[in-house]
Amino acid sequence: MKTIDLSSASVRDLNQALHGDVQDREWVVTHPAGKHNLAVGVNQAVSIDINGHAGYYCAGMNQKASVTVHGNVGVGVAENMMSGTVRVKGSASQAAGATAHGGLLVIEGDAGARCGISMKGVDIVVGGSIGHMSCFMAQAGRLVVCGDAGDALGDSLYETRIYVRGEVKSLGSDCIEKEMRAEHLEELQELLNRAGFDADPASFKRYGSARTLYNFKVDNASAY
Amino acid sequence: MCGIVGLYLKKPELEGQLGKLFEPMLEAMTDRGPDSAGFAIYGDEVADGWVKLTLQAIEADYGWKHLMGALEGRLGCSLDWFQNASAAVLKVNCEEERARAALADLAPEVRIMSAGQSIEILKGMGLPKEISERFGLGKMKGSHIIGHTRMATESAVTMEGSHPFSTGADLCLVHNGSLSNHFRLRQELKRQGISFETENDTEVAAGYLTWRLQQGDSLKEALDKSLEDLDGFFTFAIGTRNGFAVIRDPIACKPAILAETDDYVAMASEYQALASLPGIENAKVWEPEPATMYIWERA
Repeated sequence: MKTIDLSSASVRDLNQALHGDVQDREWVVTHPAGKHNLAVGVNQAVSIDINGHAGYYCAGMNQKASVTVHGNVGVGVAENMMSGTVRVKGSASQAAGATAHGGLLVIEGDAGARCGISMKGVDIVVGGSIGHMSCFMAQAGRLVVCGDAGDALGDSLYETRIYVRGEVKSLGSDCIEKEMRAEHLEELQELLNRAGFDADPASFKRYGSARTLYNFKVDNASAY
Repeated sequence: MCGIVGLYLKKPELEGQLGKLFEPMLEAMTDRGPDSAGFAIYGDEVADGWVKLTLQAIEADYGWKHLMGALEGRLGCSLDWFQNASAAVLKVNCEEERARAALADLAPEVRIMSAGQSIEILKGMGLPKEISERFGLGKMKGSHIIGHTRMATESAVTMEGSHPFSTGADLCLVHNGSLSNHFRLRQELKRQGISFETENDTEVAAGYLTWRLQQGDSLKEALDKSLEDLDGFFTFAIGTRNGFAVIRDPIACKPAILAETDDYVAMASEYQALASLPGIENAKVWEPEPATMYIWERA
């Protein structure tokens, strides 16, 4: 196990070590003190424990690594993640998992506004609630919310499937509630299992795209 | 981009440490705002009937002693003052308007940064570390404080353009964001009799709150209305004589984080500014909701 103490080492020291010829499979980061860009761009199957709160873009562009933050994270955690797992034991700020293509992002607490904005294949599972405009223009992947969702959930949504257990304040343009069929209960159970949450899939509702924004409506031509 | 920070102490026995606790918070936001910085500190309250004014001159060696002598003669009432770098804190036993009129007459070049019974606003251009050292922030005492580090986007880098902006007696505001309707709002507020010293968009927000409070709104009502009338992005921290408030616009584009323990409430643009506070590991830490007001006040 390799420990990097950010009260003495710099964030660049940490990220360069993680990008180099990595011998250790287990890494521990101490005294993160809300610093930005921790463990970004890692593309090796290592496990990284960040012991404390992280700032912006923690574990961004992650591939293969398994990152656990034992605290809260700032804006854009796991932004553009490709694969691997990022787990936040606390809460996340805005734009969690933005544009991420793959992997699993688990937030045990709440996530702020625009969670999963423009997600492109990532799975995001949130133990608490999410803020407004979440899943805005999302294109692929799954978002699971055990708590509530804020205003305009799934605005201008393409293909992402959204499961919410609590209250949805309002749905965004082209986002509708959809039937929960057997395959969805199964998919949701599998996601909850992977995230380690004990929740009954039958208590969730499913939301998705009405798919009316895909094509230009000729009736609107006069407006342009 | 800008950084805003606030620290409100719940226990009077901690007041001697306010500046020491706050200094690293302000400096931690240097990356968000390296061109100017400032803070409004509350404490050292004057008795009823007195008013405390923070004055600032352009020159570091301004002749404060001469001005204060002339002022005492003009006002004919008790007066106490001390100099702090380019600023002077004046305490005078008369109405605020009389003191303002006398100052405008005797020293039109001196700017009045704040007025009230408790507030002192100190600000200037330069790195936050330079500003805190210039004014001796680390040694200051008080009950609460809000601060700002500026990266100018809407107006020039000047001492006047740096925050906090005073919005009335013992009231001030710091802003992270930008207002899109400040030009028109400024014209409307001017017609209502509000005067402005800079082209800064935040001064318009401060002027707006001043106007609402003059109309008889409570702080809460004024902030509620600001959500309707101010267009743009903002996270505001507002200092009052006995408390402080945080509010974000409905889009909540600009960051904010709050932390609370039995000893204090702290807010910042980023967690980094809170990391130096004692007991932060076990504090309740959360992100304030959009269009929601958070207010802490002493009884």
